[in-house]
Amino acid sequence: MAIDLPFIWALILAIGVMMYVLLDGFDLGVGMFTAFAESEEERNMMTATVEPVWDGNETWLIIGGGGLFAAFPTAYAIIMPAFYLPVLIMLAALIFRGVAFEFRHKAVRRPTRLFWNGAFYGGSFTAAFSQGIMLGGMVQGIRVEGGAFAGGAFDWLTPFTLLTGISVVIGYLLLGACWLVLKTEDDLHNKARKWGRMALAGVAICFLAVSFATLSVDASIGDRWGFSMTQINPARFLPLAPVPLAGMALVVWLWRDLSMKPDAVGTAPDWRPYLLAAGIFLSGYIGLGVSLYPFIVPYEISITEAAARDNALVLMLVGAVIMLPIILAYTAYVYSLFWGKVKPGDGYHAH
Amino acid sequence: MEFDALILSRLQFAFVVAFHILFPAFTIGLAAFLAVCEGLWLKTGKEVFKRLYLHWVKIFALAFAMGVVSGVVMSYQFGTNWSLFSEITGSVMGPMLAYEVLTAFFLEATFLGVMLFGWQKVGRKLHFVATCAVAIGTTISAFWILAANSWMQTPAGFAIDAETGNFYATSWIEAIFNPSLPSRLSHMLLAAYTTTAAVILAAGAWQILKGRITEPTKWQIRMASGTLAILLPIQIMVGHWSGEVAHKYQPAKIAVVEGWCETKDLQGTVLIAWPDDSECGHAGITVPGTSTFLFAGLEEGEMLHGIDHYPESERPPIWLVFYSFRIMVASGLGMLAMGLWGSFLWWRKKLDEPGLFHMAAVPAGAFGFLAVVTGWITAEVGRQPYTVYGHLRTVDSLSPVSAGQVATSLLVFMVVYAIIFTAGVVYMARIATRGFDDTPPDPASRERRPPGTPMGAVDEKAETSDDIVAVE
Repeated sequence: MAIDLPFIWALILAIGVMMYVLLDGFDLGVGMFTAFAESEEERNMMTATVEPVWDGNETWLIIGGGGLFAAFPTAYAIIMPAFYLPVLIMLAALIFRGVAFEFRHKAVRRPTRLFWNGAFYGGSFTAAFSQGIMLGGMVQGIRVEGGAFAGGAFDWLTPFTLLTGISVVIGYLLLGACWLVLKTEDDLHNKARKWGRMALAGVAICFLAVSFATLSVDASIGDRWGFSMTQINPARFLPLAPVPLAGMALVVWLWRDLSMKPDAVGTAPDWRPYLLAAGIFLSGYIGLGVSLYPFIVPYEISITEAAARDNALVLMLVGAVIMLPIILAYTAYVYSLFWGKVKPGDGYHAH
Repeated sequence: MEFDALILSRLQFAFVVAFHILFPAFTIGLAAFLAVCEGLWLKTGKEVFKRLYLHWVKIFALAFAMGVVSGVVMSYQFGTNWSLFSEITGSVMGPMLAYEVLTAFFLEATFLGVMLFGWQKVGRKLHFVATCAVAIGTTISAFWILAANSWMQTPAGFAIDAETGNFYATSWIEAIFNPSLPSRLSHMLLAAYTTTAAVILAAGAWQILKGRITEPTKWQIRMASGTLAILLPIQIMVGHWSGEVAHKYQPAKIAVVEGWCETKDLQGTVLIAWPDDSECGHAGITVPGTSTFLFAGLEEGEMLHGIDHYPESERPPIWLVFYSFRIMVASGLGMLAMGLWGSFLWWRKKLDEPGLFHMAAVPAGAFGFLAVVTGWITAEVGRQPYTVYGHLRTVDSLSPVSAGQVATSLLVFMVVYAIIFTAGVVYMARIATRGFDDTPPDPASRERRPPGTPMGAVDEKAETSDDIVAVE
């Protein structure tokens, strides 16, 4: 066959999930940081940086769920029951956080305002954490028998998944801090730089911890990277080495950028930290892809085995080839429209 | 009844989808209304349409957010609770839902940002384009979801893989434009427009009753009354068309909807009935011999199957479908009455004077939602015991999950939705009923919150001249 449709769709889905992580990642991160806002004005400034775009960002998550259903129904039918409770927790968290964007402006009494503020940062944290749990749950593998999920209701809860849960939280905090560096000025901007450095230190630690833990999760991963209990196989490791090395280099570079004094004119542009943070995510993500390929349900079902019929994949490919560039174009347009620093009073009631 | 994972999953799906549909039904109609208002403002330059827009866009933002968050739930529900259904039908249903995401969700979600926050960033025309993009997005979304759902009702253009038992498409045109799509899509879109019109009428009527009679209020109830008076007669015809299609492809559903007990060549219209010891109850009040008018094109002597024709294993639940259908029809007739009444008062120039009509219009604001939910219950429960009508049974669609997990999730959704529904309705109603009054609020009513407190800054103001200045 000339083109490998399941592979193309795995790639499209992978890009979709990456888009989700990079975009909703920063607004979930900003959401978590609102817990540390010193005043209601500051909190409004923070939410104003993401209000016009969060809805579009979250739509990439539907690509994750809906795309998996459409392109890999077998994988969807195994993964969703396996993560029944984490998916539920994530959805409940996203519900609270999503409506809190609007509701916190409408609450007139102090207790309800505090409730929706809490729903906003609590929901942001819980959504991020449950996504990290599911990531870990994928990496550690899902029990499958006869083509169906055969594990228990709490298989996803292990020390490893708690580690990945915390890692994703800290990772989103880094994206959120870098977004605030880009979008804010003065006090909040300086604070965001500090928050960014703290999150970056956490990310560096998590990066290493998750990498080494992953190598030991399944023998096939260690083998892929050329590691075994006793020795390192340079022929395997060296061609892949640029991925983690690039990640580490970006960590150092980002640290330098975030440590700069913001008033030191002409040093680092404010958009660069976010881009560097995205690069760190990308290196981790590619590393993950290398580790898991060609599985879509790790160590059980490959992308070819789980794929929908070719005619379904072709129909959707036509749609994706036409629509994705259009979607990316108008998404970019809307981002450019709201480019620049958020000013006090730019929030919801400005119109 | 034993509460196993199957019945709990069905309850959960019914609950989350019934909750969800309230918001798309409202936002599809409201997006169209906003596009009309903004278009009229640009065309006529009349301030009143801009004020209507700025007022209703706030409610739209709330309703849209609730629609989005409850919609994300849906895209995961198929997998968490109906994984066998997902696996078996994925190669047919999946692409339709994928197209919904690609052609509608991104469009709506992205341009919503411009619509809500872009007043000062883009020109008037471009802002109007954003509003239209959102309105068109909601309509495209309705197209794809109705295509997928109608395929479950009247599956076409597919075959079953002998080896795996999975469905696959043989003709995408036949699968997407399946027999019930045209009637059901029209029925749903009209339902969305009339539901929204009923809400707009109710909000305006409330303002009139409270003496907050401003220019936008008057226009709001005129537009809503006229919309109801024009669209409801069309909706009744479209509903009938939908019934004829169902009669052709899902006769068991119609037997239950109509309450036909026995197979006869001439059936009556059962207005109301109630359960007794017999199989399908007493026929309480029946208009005899109506089937020749209602189901045109019947052959001479053709039998109309009653419930007795179908074995127990092929029957949908009788009473839920039967009553839901009647509540839907009654709600629709109620909206028709409000539309005609309102239009009559408009003609007699009495629409702006508080009266009996306005008192009736306030509770009638719920009629659209009632009709939407009971209509969907009729359609979906009437599809039982199948998920894909005639081909895949509900019992064979379930995920391998435990009753405990499903009970937990059902409880969580009930609690979460109860909280956000209550808050959302309160916030929306607060904006909708406050209206367009330009006079500053009575200082006495503000005493609870002294100025200068943190909460003082977030008080939701009615549209005042400040808002309008800010837009210019």
